Amino acid sequence: MPSEAAPAITSAPPAFAARGVAWTRRLTTGAMLLPAYGILTISVFLPLLVMAFFSVLKRSPFDPGPLSFTIDHYLVFVRRPYLIDVAWTSIQLGLWITGVCVAIGLPAALALAKATEGRSQKILFFLIILPFWSNGLVRIFSWTMVLRDGGILDYAYHLVLPSAAPLGLLYSFPAMVIGLVHAYLPYMILTCYLSISAIDNQLIEAAESLGARWPMTFLKIILPLAMPGIISGSVLIFVPVIGSFMEPRILGGKTGVTMGTVIEDQFTQAFNWPLGSAMSFAMLGFILLLFGVFGRALKQPATAAS
Amino acid sequence: MSGSISRRKFNLLALSSLAAPALIKARAFAAETITVLNWQGYGTDEEWALKAFAEKTGITVKHEYFNAESEMVTKVKTNPGAYDVVLVNSARVRQLGADYLSPIDPAKIPNNSSIPASLSMHPNFVINGKPYGNVWLWGMTGLAAREGKAKQGDSFALLADPAFTNRVAMNDDPIIAVGIGALMSGQDINAPKDLKLVGEKLKSMKKNIRLLWQSEDEWNKAFAADQFDLAIYWSGSATRSRRNFKLPVDFIVAKEGAIAWVDTLTIPTSSTKAEAAYKFINYMIDPDFYYEWATKVGAPASANPAAMAKLPADDLNKLIHKQEYLQQMQIMGTLSDETRQSFVDLWEETKAFYAK
Repeated sequence: MPSEAAPAITSAPPAFAARGVAWTRRLTTGAMLLPAYGILTISVFLPLLVMAFFSVLKRSPFDPGPLSFTIDHYLVFVRRPYLIDVAWTSIQLGLWITGVCVAIGLPAALALAKATEGRSQKILFFLIILPFWSNGLVRIFSWTMVLRDGGILDYAYHLVLPSAAPLGLLYSFPAMVIGLVHAYLPYMILTCYLSISAIDNQLIEAAESLGARWPMTFLKIILPLAMPGIISGSVLIFVPVIGSFMEPRILGGKTGVTMGTVIEDQFTQAFNWPLGSAMSFAMLGFILLLFGVFGRALKQPATAAS
Repeated sequence: MSGSISRRKFNLLALSSLAAPALIKARAFAAETITVLNWQGYGTDEEWALKAFAEKTGITVKHEYFNAESEMVTKVKTNPGAYDVVLVNSARVRQLGADYLSPIDPAKIPNNSSIPASLSMHPNFVINGKPYGNVWLWGMTGLAAREGKAKQGDSFALLADPAFTNRVAMNDDPIIAVGIGALMSGQDINAPKDLKLVGEKLKSMKKNIRLLWQSEDEWNKAFAADQFDLAIYWSGSATRSRRNFKLPVDFIVAKEGAIAWVDTLTIPTSSTKAEAAYKFINYMIDPDFYYEWATKVGAPASANPAAMAKLPADDLNKLIHKQEYLQQMQIMGTLSDETRQSFVDLWEETKAFYAK
């Protein structure tokens, strides 16, 4: 049967046989997809559904007594206006991390895709993936060693300027940016690499032969064609950064108050799962809205170029 | 038995289904086993002690752990019959209440004899005239300073003193934060009438706050790296930081006091082995056990005066944890869901103010 499967599509066989082949194909596809989607359903959608259910409960689901429902928790930003500041901090953090990741990741991806090959490319790739192999918490704590006063950076700085005041990097906004960029940069490099390596070299050569200088080639050819990678990388980074709580807590000191930490506290300190869930969904809704608005605007140049 | 299945348990489960007949047979001969729910490494799971206890009574003690008090509450509520002894902070006893906990019969715990009634019958865990927890360990949350930067009897007002600009580490815990604000404004830590005033006191520290810590380890690392001079800290941890890590830290009982907490051992209503549980609780409050634990391993202060009296005169724990404090200080009590939420909201708002 498998040998007949290929011609079956191209040479228009009798309808009955085609239907049989289509069915076995569908079954095989289904069987191959089932484990992945089964796990996704159990591990992602079910907890999300449960959380959505919690978010409209009045009290903690573990308390005895009958369940009662409310949508009051969704009015968090009205009831707790200070959260608008917190949300703005989180968005700023998200924009900073995404921006820095583009600024560092795009050139790196460009160099990897167009200027390296073979063994050296493999080694460079390996170095990019390397951070993923260490535990996130370990990475954050090692940053505290580097960033603290008297730490590695501060020490180096004072070798140059012995009488300067301490850098005071740890427990600050820049410390969070550094820690989070470290954690998320590989996503940007990898997504940009994929779209840049798909760019036909002849396009670049054509631009050069037509007299375009390097910045012009970059702006008119490479950047628009790399845009899908930049956008998907940005989405992959922006969303988790807004919800991050570990890095802000450990590196941010008193500045490390984000939506992530506020939501975490609802679960661990207030023990108010309904409110925590509602905050998560309010944030999710906000992010979707953001993508709805900006996604359309961002899509324009990419489609125009292709 | 527990809600989660670890890989080890999963393997065991698979194996035991094969070896079930043999296991059932072995079970019939095994002595009584009780299960304790506690923080890991918090006294009840000291191996040498469990060995001694088993030799004395024939009772084997198994453990399950929690990482947060809220997790403990959930476990007790959702796993009826799974636990025979549960460590419950006195502030949480009422949260479980008579629905989930059995009243303690003092006659069954002879080692309690030297504990003053004001403590063993503290209103925190007495419901309808009966105690639902047996006091075991206690400690304080208060000021701690780098050696020489503050002295005993100083005020919490130091937290807002310009001398400590950017040199203060605050505990990132809404209950503690509100408690400190309440002490600063002369209010009840468990039911401050004027929460706005508490918020103002906390906000006045803004320029001084450098970091918000959550764990002892985080505190020690930042203190050792000279990131702050003044902090809110736990008394037991302060002793450990000094003794084990040689950090130059002084625990200070401010003139406004400190926030005391008391841990109790409880017996869930769903336990079928209450007699064995009583024996274990009696062993845990035994001065002999405490002496071994405190001097060889390191322990928080015991609520049993006889146990503290046994410690050497220069013991750091003994010096810091004066028994009379327990009579003078406000002890963390039960908070209703609404109060707890109002504390969390105030603290979140204050933190957002610090971050601005």
